[in-house]
Amino acid sequence: MLKNKENRIMKIVIYVVCISLSILSILPFWIMIVNATRSTTEIQQHAISLIPSGYMMSNLKILLGKSFNPAVGFLNSLLISTGATALALYFSSLTAYAQVAYNWKWRNAFFSFIMVVMMIPAQVTMIGFYQMVYQIHMTNNLSMLILPAIASPTMVFFMRQYLLPTLSMEIVQSARIDGAGEFMIFNRIVLPIMKPAIATQAIFSFVASWNNLFTPLVLLTDQKRYTMPIMVSLLKGDIYKTEYGSVYLGLTLTVMPLIIVYLLLSKYIIAGVALGGVKG
Amino acid sequence: MKSKKPGYDRYAKYGYIFSIPFVVAFLLFSLYPTVYTAVIGFTDLKGLGMTSIHFLTDDIFRNFKTVLSSPSFQQAFSNTVVLWVSNFIPQILLALLLAAWFTDKRSKVKGQGGFKILLYMPNIITAATIAILFSGFFGYPMGPVNDLLVRFGFAEKPVELLRNKTVARGVVIFIQTWMWYGSTMITLISGILGLSPEIFESAEVDGANRVQTFFYITLPNIKTIMLFTLVTSLIGGLNMFDIPKLFQNGGPDNATLTTSLFIYNQAFSGSYMYNRAAAASMMMFLIIAVLSGMMFFVMRDRDEVEQRKQIKQQQKEYKMRQKSGKGDASC
Repeated sequence: MLKNKENRIMKIVIYVVCISLSILSILPFWIMIVNATRSTTEIQQHAISLIPSGYMMSNLKILLGKSFNPAVGFLNSLLISTGATALALYFSSLTAYAQVAYNWKWRNAFFSFIMVVMMIPAQVTMIGFYQMVYQIHMTNNLSMLILPAIASPTMVFFMRQYLLPTLSMEIVQSARIDGAGEFMIFNRIVLPIMKPAIATQAIFSFVASWNNLFTPLVLLTDQKRYTMPIMVSLLKGDIYKTEYGSVYLGLTLTVMPLIIVYLLLSKYIIAGVALGGVKG
Repeated sequence: MKSKKPGYDRYAKYGYIFSIPFVVAFLLFSLYPTVYTAVIGFTDLKGLGMTSIHFLTDDIFRNFKTVLSSPSFQQAFSNTVVLWVSNFIPQILLALLLAAWFTDKRSKVKGQGGFKILLYMPNIITAATIAILFSGFFGYPMGPVNDLLVRFGFAEKPVELLRNKTVARGVVIFIQTWMWYGSTMITLISGILGLSPEIFESAEVDGANRVQTFFYITLPNIKTIMLFTLVTSLIGGLNMFDIPKLFQNGGPDNATLTTSLFIYNQAFSGSYMYNRAAAASMMMFLIIAVLSGMMFFVMRDRDEVEQRKQIKQQQKEYKMRQKSGKGDASC
């Protein structure tokens, strides 16, 4: 009896904490979305409200009348994230396949090397990267944000961990007997086998690239090349100082695509996070 | 049977060929910038648009000394450590608590999937957006927080909250914790679920209660994952940039200035001191390299190391046997 009661209290505590934390996750975004529909006067009177108002269109007009251009930011971010993700996926799979399928002298040394450099963030080498890009006059060239993705040590690591137990060399051997070249075997047989890993890694790579602020902020000076996070940072500037409703709307516009995609793919994303932990 | 050396495989060359794109991109976009950054740290490179560099002749370590003795770098470094420590502790504690609840068979928390989705959500949203959103929340005179303070009588009139260093730091710490505990929680849960169920069953048979099971069974068994979380979080924390930059741009009075922000400000906003920024970068690089080296040592695949040892052992034995066999024959 006593144990049962204790259990029930415990359960109530658990649910109260979990529900409060869930509200804490939603509330800031809810306030943001609601304020995006309210006029600046309304916000000045009461900055917090849970009920939407009807000023979204006028907020939008003010927002778009100044330098904030969500469409440009969206397109640039889409281009960079898609390009970088595609390159990272393809070449990481290829590098991982080289690790798993072939027996070469430097294989283990190369893998150790990948593990060592995996943790080093791009930020600490940014000064040299900037100088290099500046000297070849490519600072506003989006390819400088895309091409480095070809070498993604973390992704190679995960792809290798996936491929190691999954790939059967017998399939590869029989394809060889059928006369397929090594490169074709990779493209036609190995890539399809890796689909689940590619899907998971695609999500994380895309989101990381989409949210990246540091590199674009350093490299891009041309407004037409701005990515979404840099566009967002414009909302902090003086031009929107008193236009509260518009600022909230601008933030909402940058968050909505992410929230929608997240809710659609959340199952895979959560599974992917879990996967990353087990074999970090 | 001929013992083949692994290097003589007919297909071995494809191992090299398929690794070429990675290696080329790595050399161009990672290694070269790293070396270049290191070199710039020893030169006089500063000023907008300057590209010609000269090594410092009077004192080759001058940039490093200037940075180390600069009060704002010292402040930035201590801020970075303080901000990381005070976000990591609540983050890991909360994540552990939730992970213990969600994996406990006796509690059977319903709706776990939904909770996981919601608690992880802040992690996926652009940090830049979140920083600006929170700086709006704490706005003066009319932000939602001030609105609440006045409405519920905590303050008579709006307060300039973000002028206060403790409040500004507190908000950055809160944002970091709020963005990351969900991710840490999921990592820990998957670690706990990966443990063999038998150890939990036997603990239950032995009459261990939930708290005992957690401290004596679960915690010791997820040590590696905890370490992984610790090191990745530390490396991330040492590079904290987006939130301090867009929340209060390091202010008020450098209270939220981090090393990454210091480096950025040195190089790209106003002063163009590339050499000092590079010196500061290299110091951070060294710290991170040591950390990830430790990580590599702990996390490397133990089974594989074991296997490799065994293979070597077998090869040795095989050779020994061959030798002794030959010896026998010659006798």
